[in-house]
Amino acid sequence: MSAGTQTALPRRGALQAARLRAGFAAALLHRLSGVALALFLPMHFIALGTALQGADRFESFLGLTHNGFVRMAEWGLVSALALHLVLGLRVLALEWFATHEHTALIVSVCVAVSLAVGLLFLLGGA
Amino acid sequence: MNAPVPTASLADPTIEAAPYATLTVRIRRDDGFQAFTVARRPAQTVLDVVTEIQREQDPTLAYRFACRVGMCGSCAMTVNGRPRWTCRTRVAAVAENDGLTLEPLRNLPVVKDLAVDMEPFFQKWTAAHGAFEPGAAPLDDFAVVAPDSPERRAVDAGIECINCGVCYAACDVVTWNPDYLGPAALNRAWTLVNDVRDRGQDARLEAVSGDGGCQSCHTHMSCTEHCPKALAPTFAIAGLKRATSRSALKRFGARHFRRSA
Repeated sequence: MSAGTQTALPRRGALQAARLRAGFAAALLHRLSGVALALFLPMHFIALGTALQGADRFESFLGLTHNGFVRMAEWGLVSALALHLVLGLRVLALEWFATHEHTALIVSVCVAVSLAVGLLFLLGGA
Repeated sequence: MNAPVPTASLADPTIEAAPYATLTVRIRRDDGFQAFTVARRPAQTVLDVVTEIQREQDPTLAYRFACRVGMCGSCAMTVNGRPRWTCRTRVAAVAENDGLTLEPLRNLPVVKDLAVDMEPFFQKWTAAHGAFEPGAAPLDDFAVVAPDSPERRAVDAGIECINCGVCYAACDVVTWNPDYLGPAALNRAWTLVNDVRDRGQDARLEAVSGDGGCQSCHTHMSCTEHCPKALAPTFAIAGLKRATSRSALKRFGARHFRRSA
């Protein structure tokens, strides 16, 4: 029919090139939540380390956690821990038991579970 | 596990095309996208479209095909952003707004237009010890392999690979780590790990370990989602992860816990 016309090549972003699909999103969330937990661990040990300097020192440090910003960070941390756990279980199920999954559904459930755990943490008034 | 192509019936909406309808096809070439217009035809495949353009509109268009029936694995391309075998992909099933965007496969060097160089793909197939190794003294007689044995069933699950490169193009890890062997090579290695006649297992397991090996798989499932033969390289790679871990533990145990004679 008709021969072609030229148009310029489109630019592609990294995410577009990786085509954000459920499996990719799962790996991305798993990695990001893992990095968040790894960053938290040194702070956790510092907090525990204050107990070595006496109960008063430890209690005064814990007083910081009543700050609203720290409370939100704790919520994020609990959610990240739950997310990392359930996404890890997904990988184990895939790799040990060759479970054929509906990836989008399972990843959505993983995210929902982590949000629910985070909500329970907030409702628990911790 | 064989081809997931359903038997065509007259009720299949991908067969009939509306009379006088046209298709706009954008093809990625060296200097940008080039647009063509092609008539819609009944049961038209993406490969039919490319062939019509090459024969009737632009003979300089480069692409590759051979069997046209889903056996040779030559004609894979990126169709509307997704790698597919084009000979078994009907236009009506994938066209968006009466348009197709065709690009060469991802993760492979482009020779020209839609034809990619498959050399790295097959080099990795070889690097993963993808050839049967009979050993120094092959068996005198036929090996007896029970069809329902776990090993034979594991081989059956992956043996129908036609090396079309769709999984390799779909794999994000190959994009990030050019040394990664890729789903097809690792799937082939897994079928041979389960071949009870093969005598090259230690070298093969070593070849599929390490930075470019099975442990680098992030379980994105892209290969399994895109494989036109409905194979599951993700699970083959998971099998290799288990086999290499077992082998490493055995070596560790033999080195540190073996009773001295």
